[in-house]
Amino acid sequence: MKIVVCIKQVPDTKGGVKFKPDGTLDRAAMLAIMNPDDKAGLEAALRIKDEDPENTEVTVLTMGLPKADDVLREAIAMGADKGLLITDRVLGGADTWATSSTIAGALKNMEYDLIITGRQAIDGDTAQVGPQIAEHLQLPVISYAEEIKVDRDAKTVKVKRQYDDRYHILTAKLPCLVTALAELAEPRYMTPGGIFDAYDNQDLVTVWGRDKLDVEDKNIGKAGSPTVIAKASDKVAKGKGETVTPDSPAAAVDYIVGKLEEQHVI
Amino acid sequence: MSLEEYKGVFIFAQQVDNEVSSIALELLGKAKELAADLDEKKVTAVLIGSGVSGLVDELAEYGADRVIVVDDPELKEYRTEPYAHALASVINEYKPEIMLVGATAIGRDLGPRVSARVATGLTADCTKLEIGDFPLVAVPGHEDEQKHKQLLMTRPAFGGNTIATIACPNHRPQMATVRPGVMQKAAPTKGAKAEVVNYNPGFTPNNMYVTIEEVVKEVSNVANIMDAKVLVSGGRGVGSPENFEMLKELAACFKGGMVSCSRAVVDSGWMPKDMQVGQTGKTVRPHVYFAIGISGAIQHVAGMEESDIIIAINKDENAPIFEVADYGIVGDLNKIVPELTKKIKAEQEAKANA
Repeated sequence: MKIVVCIKQVPDTKGGVKFKPDGTLDRAAMLAIMNPDDKAGLEAALRIKDEDPENTEVTVLTMGLPKADDVLREAIAMGADKGLLITDRVLGGADTWATSSTIAGALKNMEYDLIITGRQAIDGDTAQVGPQIAEHLQLPVISYAEEIKVDRDAKTVKVKRQYDDRYHILTAKLPCLVTALAELAEPRYMTPGGIFDAYDNQDLVTVWGRDKLDVEDKNIGKAGSPTVIAKASDKVAKGKGETVTPDSPAAAVDYIVGKLEEQHVI
Repeated sequence: MSLEEYKGVFIFAQQVDNEVSSIALELLGKAKELAADLDEKKVTAVLIGSGVSGLVDELAEYGADRVIVVDDPELKEYRTEPYAHALASVINEYKPEIMLVGATAIGRDLGPRVSARVATGLTADCTKLEIGDFPLVAVPGHEDEQKHKQLLMTRPAFGGNTIATIACPNHRPQMATVRPGVMQKAAPTKGAKAEVVNYNPGFTPNNMYVTIEEVVKEVSNVANIMDAKVLVSGGRGVGSPENFEMLKELAACFKGGMVSCSRAVVDSGWMPKDMQVGQTGKTVRPHVYFAIGISGAIQHVAGMEESDIIIAINKDENAPIFEVADYGIVGDLNKIVPELTKKIKAEQEAKANA
């Protein structure tokens, strides 16, 4: 059974958002981490591997700058068998359409039974690349998975999928693509031996440039992206109102009630 | 195929259990506004399901000029493949200039699959849509290259830290998913009728169809916080699930008042996920939003900053919630909230008897 997990290196926006003196986001000062939903997807893959380690191979794939090698090594230290880094200048500036076309172009040259991606990355929050990869490969997709169970004999995957007020238990034929929620599985830690092996053995990560991808030029990079950024700006915070520190709870209550009456709420 | 062949604003009219979802009506409201700025004024709703033709009039009352109905037993419960096939076929057949889909659990699954199939761009989770020029300002010497009447799609990114406006100038349709609760429904026109078109592209199950083994509905015990007029929202500072009782009492003072909460509260298991406001919860815009014991992480603020009036109570004068609050009170919520409830009740009684 061959599982490919797609992961992304992202700046950590949770809790550690850093701003420059001029108020813009300081990306360089933010920690680069493995995207949380992707990490949960990796953990789910590793649990499937735990069931039958001899007959399961987990490959982690990422597209990004050369330094994205770090997240592949981290994944290998957690238990993945090998990594594939897709990196090439011509792939830069891609939107979700071009990114999914590019990753699908790599997957067309790989073997897989199950592809797992995170639901969404915390930098873009789009949740598009997973379903779009599935479409390019003409695979079934189950997004937002909370539980994944593989039936190796029947060659199917059973997934619990949450909607607003309900969940579905769905079965899909393999090969299939599943997108994982961070809630899916608490990721394991890297092992000391794993870390050593991951960084010691350079051959565990393969690097592919554009020439290794089965994708047309018109579908990659900035030029292959249907969407274009017209304007990007750091968010302008809503104007600060007034803050008071009343002497007593009663004074606080009077203040609030006064404002509610002023605004015709009561 | 030329871009000019694509005309009109289309919306995906999401229904669940043959009930129109609120997002469909919100999208109709927005579609009407957008169409007013375009040459083609007709707004089309695409209604996909099984036995859903009874929903047509409701869509008409909220602004649909035409409803394309794809009705097939395969479409009874939402599944990615038959729905993607239905919507992509409608797009290929009727060629909309703009296709709007709700950024719901269904829409965020359907949208990307369809955009990949019809080979166009998709902008996710938009909070603002308008018609304008691309580039926004013409490049000097290349004025004739500026495109007019383009859909400009604005969305937050980086966990709400930045906003980007995105265009899709060379592909059609221009597709966007739209966050629920952000766009306004139009006032319904009673008795309005829409042109109805029945369209069925044929459904033949293939490897991309998944099997639904089971559907488990979780008991939805309360109304939707997105419909609340007044929200009394609690954070970790409330201290315990029991203390939420006093928030409920305050909320009960207001018509359309409800309790909601921050992510920390859901993570602690004090309140269900349904009640969560913020980036990973719901976007709300009530008339009054009480933020009680909520520090105001940027992810939370992203889900409530559009509220008309924000009142924050927190013991930490440096809490970031005070940056967005209209009225901030530094103090002990355990003392203030019960007193506030009592006082508001007294005021209301006094007014009722006046």
